[in-house]
Amino acid sequence: MDISTQSTQSPLPTPQPPPTEQRRAARGATRPGDRIFLGLSRGSGILLLVIMAAIAVFLTYRAVLAISEDEGNFLTTFEWNTNTVPPVFGIAVLAFGTIVSSIIAMVIAVPIAVAIALFLTHYAPRRLRGPIAYVIDLLAAVPSIVYGLWGAMVLVPHLTGLFGWLDAYLGWTGIFSWEGGAPRSMFTVGILLAIMILPIITNVSREVFRQVPQMHEEAALALGATRWEVIRMAVIPFGRSGVISASMLGLGRALGETMAVATVLSPDFIIHGSLLNPGGGTFAQNIASKFSEATEFGRDALIASGLVLFVITLLVNGAARAIIARRKEYSGANA
Amino acid sequence: MSNATIADKRPSTLRGARLPKWSPYAIAAGSVAVAIGIGLAAGLDSRVQWGLIAGLLYVFGSYAIAARVEGRRQAKDRVATSLVWVAFLLAVVPLVSLVWTTIARGVKVLDVYFLTHSMGVVADSQPGGGIYHAILGSLEQVGLATLIAAPIGVLTAIYLVEYGRGGLARSVTFFVDVMTGIPSIVAGLFILSLMLMFDMQPFGFAGSLALAILMVPVVVRSTEEMLKLVPNELREASLALGVPKWRTILKVVLPTSIGGITTGIMLAIARIAGETAPVLLLVFGSKFINANPFEGAQASLPLYIYQQYGSGETPAYDRAWAASLTLIAFVMILNMVARGIARWKAPKTGR
Repeated sequence: MDISTQSTQSPLPTPQPPPTEQRRAARGATRPGDRIFLGLSRGSGILLLVIMAAIAVFLTYRAVLAISEDEGNFLTTFEWNTNTVPPVFGIAVLAFGTIVSSIIAMVIAVPIAVAIALFLTHYAPRRLRGPIAYVIDLLAAVPSIVYGLWGAMVLVPHLTGLFGWLDAYLGWTGIFSWEGGAPRSMFTVGILLAIMILPIITNVSREVFRQVPQMHEEAALALGATRWEVIRMAVIPFGRSGVISASMLGLGRALGETMAVATVLSPDFIIHGSLLNPGGGTFAQNIASKFSEATEFGRDALIASGLVLFVITLLVNGAARAIIARRKEYSGANA
Repeated sequence: MSNATIADKRPSTLRGARLPKWSPYAIAAGSVAVAIGIGLAAGLDSRVQWGLIAGLLYVFGSYAIAARVEGRRQAKDRVATSLVWVAFLLAVVPLVSLVWTTIARGVKVLDVYFLTHSMGVVADSQPGGGIYHAILGSLEQVGLATLIAAPIGVLTAIYLVEYGRGGLARSVTFFVDVMTGIPSIVAGLFILSLMLMFDMQPFGFAGSLALAILMVPVVVRSTEEMLKLVPNELREASLALGVPKWRTILKVVLPTSIGGITTGIMLAIARIAGETAPVLLLVFGSKFINANPFEGAQASLPLYIYQQYGSGETPAYDRAWAASLTLIAFVMILNMVARGIARWKAPKTGR
């Protein structure tokens, strides 16, 4: 942004509020090529805004069509029957499942991702840092359907032991009681989502930790701090807001993840007190699973649930970006 | 000289006692040995439990020993170090498992026949068949999406870097950020709502439109970063020679940053090539070869994986893994080539 500011604005005397429109008009009058090019590039910028607006408008329109016919309360109904004659459906189960699975994913992924970011910036042997970061970049590119296939075929069978152990020792809490059966529950989904969002949180946190001023760390070392104290006193305070926004980017991804949840979860329209019993669902998973047998009205109902998901991810991502934007020195390029 | 001898006789007050360099390895070996002992004695058959016991013993052991010899602060430092290492190893396990399983199970049926035949006459429960129709569909959908998204993305980035200031540019920047976070299924639902309005049946190009929505913000972001790296002196030199601004952008700015822009576009392609959800809603999938993306349901590689998995038959699982391997190979090759170009063409910024 600095670059263009210097190159085009410096020759202009700007005593009053910058008369951008006049300036563009003047330049356009002398150079038709410039006018066309500016029109094209500004046009595509505007097109993006139009698309965003169109997404909101069209989803809302179809959602209103569906919700106006809904006999249950859209927010609190525990059912999804769009084909019955008075259709009764609601998002309570989906909202619960989406939030719970994302929270599990965050609880598992954030500490590990921050630790890996610290590992890459402060602990790993210098020669290994480049290759490890490269591998993590590649893992961020693995398609979600492959994670889903792996989760269903490899992770699920391996979790039986862990679920039994949790049930035996923590079952009394109620959250971790398990009635047996395939471990295709919200907890499994949370673990898989954690694995999937690990690379993005790690990458962004690493970028932040890398920008910690060398002086701060050296000052701490000069005062006799151990490596852990350097991290606690210089690195973490500097990187805290960056880590928070990285986590929220990961959260946004976890909330909207579709295929991995659809392959791993055995869905059911119930809310379990226990995380380990199969059942529940998420917004995205419900859309993917219910879509193929949905009527046109059923599709409108799914669009209505998609609109809720859209709003939630919009809020989460907007908050993450606002935190990043407050720190001007961090560009957020690789997010 | 004399200083050294004095230091040898009296313990330095500046530096506390240190454990020898080999001590972490010794503690690690000790805790593994004890863990195996406990595991055998208690008859634990899960190797994971053995590993957990060894890890816990290592952390507590090193804390206790270091706290005795070096003091609490050093001990905490050692615990932090081992926790960071453990976190790293913990994360590596699933990722290695993912890659390993995909390769090991994917190579079973992956051969030239698999790549050049469709599922036209093969039931899900039968062995045989292939992914030709899916590869064809994926290439067409992703190709069309790129044709739409790349120009829009690059032009938007040019607008933001070269022209944009004021309210419009700020809101474009903000909404590009927000668009990056749109779940792929929501992009699919948007196009679906348009299709419902015009009463259309699923076809390949609808999927391309949704993929383009997902691709544009990624292209804008990376192109923007690349354009910002172009030295300002180049622009000023060109403008000072009387070259119009648009020719400066086309002939000076873009050629300088073309490597980075290509990289960004390829990474974006790699990202959308694996998207399943919008394709599921809009293209629907097909067992037959359909080369026309503008009419009729098409297959796609990620969707093929999902549907083969969903059929629940053993031969179908094999095909799903083989298709996953193909997809991962495609995405990884795209990634590596893109990063190769980035390294080769990178503007030298001395970072």
